[in-house]
Order: sequence, then structure tokens, then C-alpha cells
Amino acid sequence: MDSKPANLISEQDLDSAEYRRQSAARLLKAWETPRGWRYWSAVNNSEVGMWYTVASFCFFLFGGVLALLMRIQLAVPGNTFLTADQYNQIFTMHGSVMMFLFAVPIFEAFSIMILPEMLGARDLPFPRLSAYGFYSFVIGGIFVCGSLFFDAAPKGGWFMYPPLTSSFQDDIGADIWLLGLTFIEIASIAAAIELIVGVLKCRPPGMRINLIPLYCWYILVVAGMILFAFPPLIAGDILLEMERAFDWPFFDPQRGGDPLLWQHLFWIFGHPEVYIVFLPSVALMAMMVPTFAKTPMVGYSWVVLSAVGTGFLSFGLWVHHMFTTGLPGISIGIFSAASQAVAIPTGVQLFCFLATLTAGNVKRSVCLHFIFAGLATFIIGGLTGVMVAVAPFDFQAHDTFFIVGHLHYVLIGGTIFPIMAGFYYFFPLVKGKQLSERIGRIVFWLVLIGFNITFFPMHITGLLGMPRRVFTYPADMGFDTLNLISSLGSMILAAGFVLFLYDVVRPRTKQPLSERNPWQAGTLEWLAQMPDQPWGVRTIPIIESRYPLWEQPNFVRDVDEGRFYLPDAVEGKRETLVTTVIDAEPIQCLRVGVPTFLTFFAALFTGGFFIFATYHWWLAAIISGLIAIGVILTWVWTGTAEIPEKETKDVGLGLSLPLYISGPNAVGWWAMFITMTADITAFVSLIFGYFFYWTIHEDFPPQPVQGPGVFWPVTGMVLLMIAYGLTWLSRHWNRAGYTSAFYLSLSLAVVFSLAGTCALLAGPWLTGLNPTTHVYPAIVWVLTGWTALHVILGVIMQLYCLARRAAGKMTNQWDADIVNVSLYWHFLALTVAMTVGVIAGFPSVS
Amino acid sequence: MRNIMEQQHHHSEEFQEKHERIWFMFIPPFVWAIHLLACYLTAAIWCAKYSGTTYNFITVRVAIGIYTLLAIAIIGSLGWIGYRRHRHLSEDLAYHDDTPLDRYRFLGLATFLLSVLSAIATLFVAAVALFFGNCN
Repeated sequence: MDSKPANLISEQDLDSAEYRRQSAARLLKAWETPRGWRYWSAVNNSEVGMWYTVASFCFFLFGGVLALLMRIQLAVPGNTFLTADQYNQIFTMHGSVMMFLFAVPIFEAFSIMILPEMLGARDLPFPRLSAYGFYSFVIGGIFVCGSLFFDAAPKGGWFMYPPLTSSFQDDIGADIWLLGLTFIEIASIAAAIELIVGVLKCRPPGMRINLIPLYCWYILVVAGMILFAFPPLIAGDILLEMERAFDWPFFDPQRGGDPLLWQHLFWIFGHPEVYIVFLPSVALMAMMVPTFAKTPMVGYSWVVLSAVGTGFLSFGLWVHHMFTTGLPGISIGIFSAASQAVAIPTGVQLFCFLATLTAGNVKRSVCLHFIFAGLATFIIGGLTGVMVAVAPFDFQAHDTFFIVGHLHYVLIGGTIFPIMAGFYYFFPLVKGKQLSERIGRIVFWLVLIGFNITFFPMHITGLLGMPRRVFTYPADMGFDTLNLISSLGSMILAAGFVLFLYDVVRPRTKQPLSERNPWQAGTLEWLAQMPDQPWGVRTIPIIESRYPLWEQPNFVRDVDEGRFYLPDAVEGKRETLVTTVIDAEPIQCLRVGVPTFLTFFAALFTGGFFIFATYHWWLAAIISGLIAIGVILTWVWTGTAEIPEKETKDVGLGLSLPLYISGPNAVGWWAMFITMTADITAFVSLIFGYFFYWTIHEDFPPQPVQGPGVFWPVTGMVLLMIAYGLTWLSRHWNRAGYTSAFYLSLSLAVVFSLAGTCALLAGPWLTGLNPTTHVYPAIVWVLTGWTALHVILGVIMQLYCLARRAAGKMTNQWDADIVNVSLYWHFLALTVAMTVGVIAGFPSVS
Repeated sequence: MRNIMEQQHHHSEEFQEKHERIWFMFIPPFVWAIHLLACYLTAAIWCAKYSGTTYNFITVRVAIGIYTLLAIAIIGSLGWIGYRRHRHLSEDLAYHDDTPLDRYRFLGLATFLLSVLSAIATLFVAAVALFFGNCN
């Protein structure tokens, strides 16, 4: 199974040290990281991933400090260290920061950093999108966290239940949470798109779907989960913010609303979220366990089954957070059963890891310590999870400290221990140097002991009846000693993290570089030299096994000598390979984005829109939003679907690939498809809201139905369907070379789109639906408004295509823009049909 | 071994990527999800709208029974197809080589395993209808 030699460049060339030096220099020049203040314009995955990781780790430390403040407050009964209001802000921010600013971003950050290396790719397909996501994350995170220093933080719990966060909070805190975190969720979805397309389309040749590293399977599952879990929360955020800002009564029972809708939308997000943060950590373990066992993973297919199965089943559990809200017993039973079922795939993964460790010849290290601690802790958390999935037990334990103990065992055992293992394992890839094993062992014991002393007593405190979320408690109720123990434990835990932080940031100038592949791992990321070069991989290799560094002879040498694909950057461009989804056959040489500040400004002004809106500074918000659209259009105009100087390029090994493709093989098409999947999920969540109200309220829709009637919505739909058809035709005519027909049909599509939008909005407008009076007009307006906003975006895209064609940046041959826009319109047509079917059709049949 | 190699070569046309559908393996858990939602929505709507009427709860039980039969039939047939692909051409169950046949058989096994998991989870949910004779 020798690696295939290059035949495009002669063997003599390759054997020439001078040639190798020159090609490597050209490659390095193309991938050079900007210097000075321009450093922050970098978009390369290694830089953005590192910033992202550091930022989310800083938020983790911030959240940890908040936790310590809470434990100080709870250490003794009747404590006055914090006021109730301060405590509420702190516990809300602790949960929000840990979930939204650490647990999810750290996985995305780490994946952005490491995934290209793991796939033997130069970079992910949309590096600028990664940078945009990072800046959005930091701006949103600082905005949300900063509120705490102005006594303006949210204080309704990280779950933000109305009416606590609607009728009973007049200050700005809940708005900061809703708008700030919605902004961050958009960044999370952007990263998810990047990661899915990266795994599916940027694998090295030969890496068939049965050979991809398990980490990639987990990334696919988790990123897919984000697409279906985050949009319902975004939909809920929109509804709650509309209630807070404009008095639209979605959660106000007096006017037909219902707070339970928030709980449904929140937990449809919130439960999968637990697995969204847990599965990536399992993925880290799936990479480390074979390395330390020095043997391939036992039961690769079973682990894939478990990842996919857990991903699906985790969506069927949301109601188990709502067992005590008075739902029918049979509904509780259905979700209790699903909650039990998820234990099966979760258990399978753990058994596969244990089997691998048993089968192999285990090498001890701090990483492995943390992995074992993670497995043991997660199993304890999982067992208490099965306990609370049993409804009668949940009725007893609900909202007590038992739940706090359970969730920290799950999240710290399932997430933080493996992440710490990951830090020790992957640190050499980032810094070229290793963390200290000696300090690591002390960190490990401090963290493990501190963690158990902190959280194990909480199970007992909870069973004794101490409610969670209280800022203090009376003496002599049996909680005193247990709380004191928990608080002391938290100090030991904190000491462990402080020592860990010291080891991470301490100066290392005198420490020698780590040896290459210090753990003798078998997967591609360990091709990295120490210190690593910015090119991702010297040359994109051909893969023939799951552990190429172990199983492919002369592999590292061939990579180092540039004997595979794209060993050079003759044109000075940043290039990587695009391959097919299943068998990873090379189909394109993709030129990826180069450094720019556009992504920073796009994030800044997008953030401005959300932040100004929080304070109801509408004019500033609109101006900021328009500038953001302008910057994003500039970014897209100058950085995407560029017509190459030649059709194909020799990429090495005698292979010539196109530099530009459009349609389902192109990464841009996939990005649009995935984005719209998330978008339609948010829309379906709003539709769910409509039918939720119908289910529980006799007077929904109110009789006689007040609006929006049938005529105007159906007229709007007909006009928009014509616009959709014209857009589709314009794509067809463009490709066929009928330029005039293209311009005519797309221009007409713009006209019909605008007319259709007006007709759609005329329905609720002309029938006088007032959204503040009752939930029915409010939800009709939301569905109509959502659709109208999407049509406006569709019009911007149509105008963009007209401009691109006029500017010669799009032709009948190079037509990715219009192909992607017509894909957007497929989803838009579906949205229009569903909106009209619901707002005009359903009142007629209900 | 040589015989297997020849077979693989012979069948390379059959296992071309264009004949493959990665989403095929996601159908069994998707059917589970549809079944869960159907059971939940049926029960929720019936309990909200009709529990006070003269309609009998047996309607919900029968509906859940029908959903379950349908779901198990689909999951079962997909599982069987997956199993056949998994055992295709060889009794050798280890396949981590870089061949289209190995990829084909891997996706078969993944489909089969996901079908088994989905079937168990579906039956778990359906079992609730056996124990509940009314909404509460």
C-alpha cells in the first residue's frame, strides 16, 4: 500500500531539494499570516480557531468566577455577601455564559482550528465566514457579559421563562439576553455551516465515508443538530422580544398567549443543547483513546451509530424538562420513554471506548486521566439522568439542588474533563510545545477532588429539599453543612483551574519544541511540524486507511516532500481541494478567502443592529443594519464566485481540476442549502406556535375570524410564485445564453416579488389586525412579516445577480450566483406557500 | 483473498458513488422522530380538544398502534436492506479498506444498526399506549 508518487512533476524535480524549497516557499507566501495590526485581518483557520478557543476559554473563566461568587453566597445560611438581585443576575449569567459563550463555541472554535488538519485540507471552505462568526461571538459575548458590570444583566435564569422575563422585568436585562444571544446563535449557525461543508466536501482524496475520523462523524452530527436546535430558540427569542419591545402578547394569557409556548421552543433547543456540548467532547475522546491504547477504535461503525442515534433521540426529550407543568400523563410517558431510550446509544459509545482501552496497550498520561475521570463522572450523571427521566422521581427532585448536581456531573464529566484532556493532547499542535505532565497531574487531582466535593453533596441537599436558584436559606434545615462542603469543594476546583491556566499561559521561551507527533497518533492532524506552518498541510495526501500515519508506509515523508496534491502555489493563491461527499473523489481546486477586515466590520455593524435594537434606538439600529448589509455585499462581491483566469489547473499526480463549479457539487450551493434548512426550521417553529395556540385555546382563531382574509394572501402567493418561476427561468436562460431573456425575467421577478410582498402584507393590514390586542393577530403578523422579510432578501439577491451579470462577474458559463439564488427561492416559495396556507387556509377549515 | 479482490473489481461499477445515498442511513431514526411526533401530537390534541367529550380514549391507542405498525414496517425493511448490504459478498465483517465495496458495506451496517436502535426506541414510545388508558 505504497503512497502514490507524483507524475506531473518529475521524480527528479521532487528529489531536488532546491525545487522542494522553492515550492514550499511559494506555498508559505500564499498562506502567510498578516503581520502587525493587519494580523487581525487573518482568516486562516489556525488563527481564527485559536482566537475563538482563547475567547471562549476566557468566557469559561468568567463564568467560573460567577460560580465562585454563588458558592460564597451559599456557603452559610442567611449570608448577605450578595443581594437577591445580584444573585439572580449572577446565576443567570453563569448559566448563559457557560452554555452560549463556552460550551458550544469551544467546540466550534476547536473544530475550526483542528478540522482542516484532521482532513488534510489547507483550510475550511469559507474562512471569512469563520472570522465573521468569531468577531460576532466576541462582540455579542462582551455585550452580554458587560451588562453585569452595569447592574443591567438578565436575571430570569438562563432559561428565561416568561412571564418572569416579560411581565415582571421592566429593565433592559432580558433584552440584552434575547438580542445578544440571538446574535451569538447566528454566529454558531455560521460555524455549523462551515463545519458541515468542510467535513462533507473538503476531505482528502480517498477518504471515503467509512474512513473519516470519528471526530468528523461527531462534527457532522453536532453541526446538523445545531441547524435544527438553535432556530426554534431564535424563533422563541423573536416572539419574546416582540412581546417586550412592542407588547405583542405571545406569552400573555390575558390576551390569548401562553408562557408554555416559550418552554416548548426553549427546550426543543435546550435539550439537544446538552448533547450538542457533550458529543464533541466524546469526539475528542474518540480521537485520544485509540492513540493512548495504540490500537484502532474498536467498533467504529457502532460509534457512528451511537453518534447519529444520540443526535436524533436527543430531540425527543425536550418535554422531560416540563414534566411538572401539568401536561397530560400520556405526553409525559411518551417523552419519558424517549429519555430512557437515549441511554442506549450513549452507553454503546462508552463501551466502545472501554473495549478499545482494554484491547490496546495503554500508555499513561494526564490526557488519559481526564478521559477516565470524564467517563466515570458522566456515567454517574447519566444514571441520575435516568432517575429524573422517570416522571414520579422527577416530580420530587424537580427544581431542587439534585438537578444542579445531576447537570454538573453530566456537563463537567461529559464536557469539561474531555476538553481538558483535549487541551493537553492538542496543545503541541497550537504552540509547538507540550503542557507539563507534572503540573497536569496536580491539576487533575485538584479538579477531580474539588469537583466531587462540590457537586456530589448537592444531590443530597436536593433530596433534603433545598430548592435551586434561591440566593440564601434559613439555618437548621439540614442544608448548612452540605452547602459549606460544596463551597469548600468549589475553592479546590477553582485552584485546579488556576493552576491549569498558569500552565497554559506561562512563558515557554526556554522550553524545547515538542517532538513531531508526540503521542504517536495515527490521524492526519499529527502531520503537523513543530511549530506548525500556516499552510495546513504541506501537500494534500491520498488516504487509504483510518490511521494513515500508522498504516501507510512512507506517508509522512511523501507529504513532507510534496509528493501528493497541490504541493505548490504557482499563482500565489490560497487553494484547497473539493471532493465528492461519499467517496472523496477530487472535483475542484477551490480558491479560498484571503485576509480582510471586511469580516470584522460586517460583524461590528451586525452587532450594532442587535445592540442598538436592545436599547430601542431604532434609527441607529437600522443604519447599522444597512451598513452591515453593505459590507456583507462588498465581501460577497469581491470574495466569492470569482471568475478564474483559466478553467482548470493541474493539481499534481497528473490530475487537472476545474477552478470554478456551480450547482450541487459546489461548496457555495451546499452552504446555501444548509443555511436555508436552518432558516426553514425557525419558520416551522413559528408555525408550531400558531398551532400550539389553536390546540390549547378554544377561541383560536377567534370567531368570526378577523383577518387576514383569503384574497390578499392568495394574491400575494400567486405573485410571489410567478416571481419564483421567473427567477428559476432566469437561471435557465442565463445558462442557455439568452442574455436579454435573463435580464427581462429577473427584472420582472423583482417587480413581482415587491408586488407580492405588498399584497401579502395587505391582508392583515387591510383587515385591521392589531397585533397588540390578541395573540391571533400577533402570530399572523409575525408569519407574514417573516415571509416579507425573506422576500426582501430574495429581491436583494436578484438585484445582486443582475448587477453581477452587468459587471461581467457572472456569465452563462460562470453562473454560481444565480444558481444559489434560485436555490434560495425554492425555500422561499415553500415559506410563502406555508404562510398563506396557514394564515388564509387554516381559519377556513378549522 | 484474490477471489475477493476479483469480486470487488467485478462489482466496482455496482458500487459507484452515484448509486449511493448517504441520507439513506438517516431514514430509520427519522421515522422514529416522525412516530414520536405523531404519537405526541395525537395525544396532546386529543387530550386538549376531545378529552371532555364522549369520544373514547381507545381512539388514541388505536392511532398509536397504527403509527407503530407503519413505523416498524418501514424501519424493519430498511434494516433488512442494510443487513443485506452489510453481509454482501463476504462473511468477513471487518472492512476498513479504501474500496467502494467496503464503503458500501459500511453504510449498510450503519443503516442496520440505526434501524435496530430506532425500532427499540419506537417500541419504547409505543409501549406508553399500553399503560395509559386515559390522558392522565
